[in-house]
Amino acid sequence: MKNKKKGSKINPAFLVMVGPVSLWMILLVLIPFIYIVAISFMKRSTYGGVELGFTLENILQVFELSNLKVFGQSVLIAGITTIICILIAYPFAYFVAQKTAVKKTVFMALVMVPFMINSLIRLFSWINLLRKEGIINRLLIGSGLIDEPLQMVYNMVGVIIGLVYTLLPFMIMPLYSSIEKLDKSLLEACSDLGAKPVIAFMKVTLPLTMPGVFAGFIMTFIPALGLFFVTDLMGGSKILVMGNLIRNQFITAKNWPLGAALSLFLIGITLLLVKLYQKSGGRMDELGGI
Amino acid sequence: MSEPIIKLENVYKEYNGNQVVKNLSMTIEEGEFLTMLGPSGCGKTTTLRMLAGFEQPTSGNIYIQDKEIQDTKAYNREINTVFQNYALFPHMTIYENIAFGLTIKKTPKDEIQVRVKEMLELVQMLGYEMRKPDQLSGGQKQRIAIARALINRPRVLLLDEPLGALDLKLRKQMQIELKDLQKKLGITFVYVTHDQEEALTMSDRIAIMSGGILEQLDTPRAVYEIPKTKFVADFVGESNIFYGHVVEKTENDIKVEMENGSVYACSNQVQINDIVDISVRPENLKLSLEPVMGYNIPGVIKEYVYVGNVHKVIVTLANEKEAKINQSPKIPMLSEGTQVYLHWNKEDAVVILSSGNPIFQAIENPDFGVDSQEEE
Repeated sequence: MKNKKKGSKINPAFLVMVGPVSLWMILLVLIPFIYIVAISFMKRSTYGGVELGFTLENILQVFELSNLKVFGQSVLIAGITTIICILIAYPFAYFVAQKTAVKKTVFMALVMVPFMINSLIRLFSWINLLRKEGIINRLLIGSGLIDEPLQMVYNMVGVIIGLVYTLLPFMIMPLYSSIEKLDKSLLEACSDLGAKPVIAFMKVTLPLTMPGVFAGFIMTFIPALGLFFVTDLMGGSKILVMGNLIRNQFITAKNWPLGAALSLFLIGITLLLVKLYQKSGGRMDELGGI
Repeated sequence: MSEPIIKLENVYKEYNGNQVVKNLSMTIEEGEFLTMLGPSGCGKTTTLRMLAGFEQPTSGNIYIQDKEIQDTKAYNREINTVFQNYALFPHMTIYENIAFGLTIKKTPKDEIQVRVKEMLELVQMLGYEMRKPDQLSGGQKQRIAIARALINRPRVLLLDEPLGALDLKLRKQMQIELKDLQKKLGITFVYVTHDQEEALTMSDRIAIMSGGILEQLDTPRAVYEIPKTKFVADFVGESNIFYGHVVEKTENDIKVEMENGSVYACSNQVQINDIVDISVRPENLKLSLEPVMGYNIPGVIKEYVYVGNVHKVIVTLANEKEAKINQSPKIPMLSEGTQVYLHWNKEDAVVILSSGNPIFQAIENPDFGVDSQEEE
């Protein structure tokens, strides 16, 4: 479609198929993106608006110590979340991949269905479960295992529980698809050549499903940097991730140019990780989930 | 070449209530090239997988040199497999693939190096050590798969349709190479294929399976020339199968009464009044313009098919079934529709106690009275 000659007609069917998606992408992705890039190089006006003009001030401000601290904390939280997600998702995906076609569908549906309910509502349920007078604490105290209620929410623990819960399916999906695709005869070959199951797993299953692990890492780690509502709810506004920082600039501090610059920074990190993923042989369609 | 290395005793295998292998008993001899032949779903691959240890028999025993192994895990058996799809490890180099078995056994590095080189030499793939499997052609992958299995010096090598994915010319070449390799190494090969020509060319013995049952286990020559069941006669090579009942018997010769007449064959295995199938190979079936003494199988020429070294003559018989005759192209062709009579030398006909679906069937003659002989 690149070298359309002037006057030649565009196939209407092509327009119908690609048109809506293109329009969607232009309106909701491309234009906002250009807008973000543009205002990140502009000045903040006195009353919270944006002044025309060029400055690198915002970009430099991104790298101020206070911001870098939040960035560091975000990476830590996202990192812990991702690792916990891998530890839960890998055995689960491995287990499901061994099942029959019908059971596979059922299990994967069980993973997906809760995510049709608004995540805020589900997080509030978690708070109910985890808070001091919540079911879990009452059960633990009732059974005599603990005397004092455990602090499981409005702190780091709560944030991580919330993030793990919200992002787990995004780890399960790519892992499942790469484990499921693994040729079973390779494992038989391992066994045939004298490798016990544990060794076969280390030498063949794990290396061959690494692209899935990497895809899952990108799909959980990056959102975890930005999911400000999880930190807000589960962390009781005490813990900040990059997402909170950006949200604060736009909503509270009314410093849109800095907010935009911080967003750009986050986009930059995302692109870098995706590039690394591609270089390591990962396929882009795996990042699409299924 | 006569010590049994593998013994199967009354082996059954069931999947979800389906018996895929039924009461299989056989012995495989040390150093032989044994082929398991049969159509898909006959249980040959399942049998191979039970030998490898990927499947456990539902009942029955498998022995390697008198040691029961049906409960031994695949990784503890001195048996290696060449997989149908090669199953090379895509993330490892050719060197690492071949070295895999030895690496697992923690063989010293320098010994591994020497043995990998030996193997690469054996399969003529020196210089490919550092490639990845997806940089090789099908035939090359095949060689590497064989090297990866053989480096472990197995007692028995199992090959599951290893040439299935190769083109005809490469297949033929690999068939010869595999056979040479087997002779050179003296290792027992158990080879699974559905290609009867492959089985006939390569094997010392062929085990023909159908519907989970071992039909016949014999040398290629015996399987072709003296099929024990109608299935074998039909499956191995082409065959014309006639059907009738025995009316006369001398010491070795029998006379079989069919729909419109009688034919002769040799057999001392049957009794008068037995219902028999008579299998005649296309190359042994003859045409004549006049009825031949003792044979009365009329038909008309349907067509000639030229296949290079022979003419295949298709003759439509009185019951609408077709008989196939191979003729030298030197014999003059008859025009379509010519009335001909089929006959054969009685020594060339193989007599099998009957079961099912013959091409020349007694439909009208109530004497035969066997209504189970339904056409498929």
